Parts: sequence; structure tokens; C-alpha cells
Amino acid sequence: MTLLITVFAAITATIVWYFKNQSKYMIGTLALMYWGASIMWFVDAIFEYAELQAEFFTPAAKDMLNDAFLGVSVVALGLIIWLIILIMKDPDGKLRKTLQGQKA
Amino acid sequence: MACFLVPTAEAVIVTLATKIKEKSDASKPVKVDASKVSDKIPFTRKLKWLSGMLWGGSALLAFEHVWHGEVTPWFPFLTAMGSEADAMEMLHEMATAGVMMAVLVTAVWGVMCVAADIIMKKSAKTETVKGEAA
Repeated sequence: MTLLITVFAAITATIVWYFKNQSKYMIGTLALMYWGASIMWFVDAIFEYAELQAEFFTPAAKDMLNDAFLGVSVVALGLIIWLIILIMKDPDGKLRKTLQGQKA
Repeated sequence: MACFLVPTAEAVIVTLATKIKEKSDASKPVKVDASKVSDKIPFTRKLKWLSGMLWGGSALLAFEHVWHGEVTPWFPFLTAMGSEADAMEMLHEMATAGVMMAVLVTAVWGVMCVAADIIMKKSAKTETVKGEAA
């Protein structure tokens, strides 16, 4: 479930990057972050499948809920990391203007 | 258990390599041929794609380990370090899953680089043909 949610986040970020490609907002970085995590969880899933076999596809409802909760939290953390990077780089200078007391 | 440490270590190496390459590129004189459309993507830019995937993936995976109680904010930071048997299991997981994660991310990056080079070559060819026709 975590893998699935992260893959959907990666696809969404990639679509946004493709259609609204403004490199200064670093949507590409967000997409790369989610793709990297997706690949890593995919490897994790392969190892889990090798261990559990068919049982891998029939998780308990409680486990699925926990995994979904984790997946959503991971997506939120990715967005927070991206937001911090964006604010630190401040491509439009809005933060700088605000701190200087000018109208952003 | 601690599989994310392998891609994290690769991320550190890739970031250092990018910084070194950037410094060496900045000190080299650049010859610019205005008549030719560039079809090359700088290698440092490609390395940044890889470090983005590695750092991002490792950070999110580290969070998952915190979630499952495998990483703690106090020494020795990894719960698997508590006993020798757990530590051996952790090292085994790092050597299998961790290495495979790093290899697969690098392989995907390699495919991305090849695809990007092909796309750039094609578009440069089209631009050159357009320029000659004009």
C-alpha cells in the first residue's frame, strides 16, 4: 500500500512537472524524490514477496490500514522536504521581500 | 532494518562527486560554437538527478524505519544493534535489499541518461536542419 501510494505521488508529481514545467519551483526534484522512494519500496516488495509468496497479495485489513497511513505520511513528508527546499531557495524572492518588510 | 543506509552512502558519494566535478568544470576554459546547437546535457546535471533520487528515497525510507521502530533518536540509533543476531540480520539485509535498492536506482538513472541524450540529439538535429533551411 505504501509503495502504491508513493508511486501515485511520483506519477502525479511527474505529470505536474511535464505540463507546468517551471524549473524554478523544483517540481522535478519532488518527482525524483518520490521515484527514488518508489524504486526502493519496489525492491522491498520483491523481497517480501519472495518470503510470503501469495500471502503478499492478501494482507490483513489492519496491516493495510497501517501501510496506507504510512504511505500518506510519506507523501506529506516528501512535500514538507520539497517546501523547505523551495522556501530556502526562494525563487520568486517572496520570503526575502517579506522579511525586508516590502510587499511580496 | 537499515537497508536505507546503502543508498544513503551512495547519495553521499554522488553528492561529493558532483561538487568535485562542478569545481573542475568551473576552472576549465569553455569554447562556445554559436553555429552549433548543443546536444549535450552536463554530467553534473545528470548526477544531480541521481542524488535527488537517492537522497529523497533514502529520507522517505528512513522515515518508514522510524515508523516501524527500527530507527531511534538515541544511541545506537538502530534497534537491530541491540543483539548480535539482530545485527547480523541487519547486515544481511543491507547486503541484499540495500545493495539491490542502490543498484536499481542507479540502473533507472542510467536509462534516464541514455533516453535524455537520445532526445537531446534528436532535437538538436531538428534545430540544425531548421536553421540550415532558414
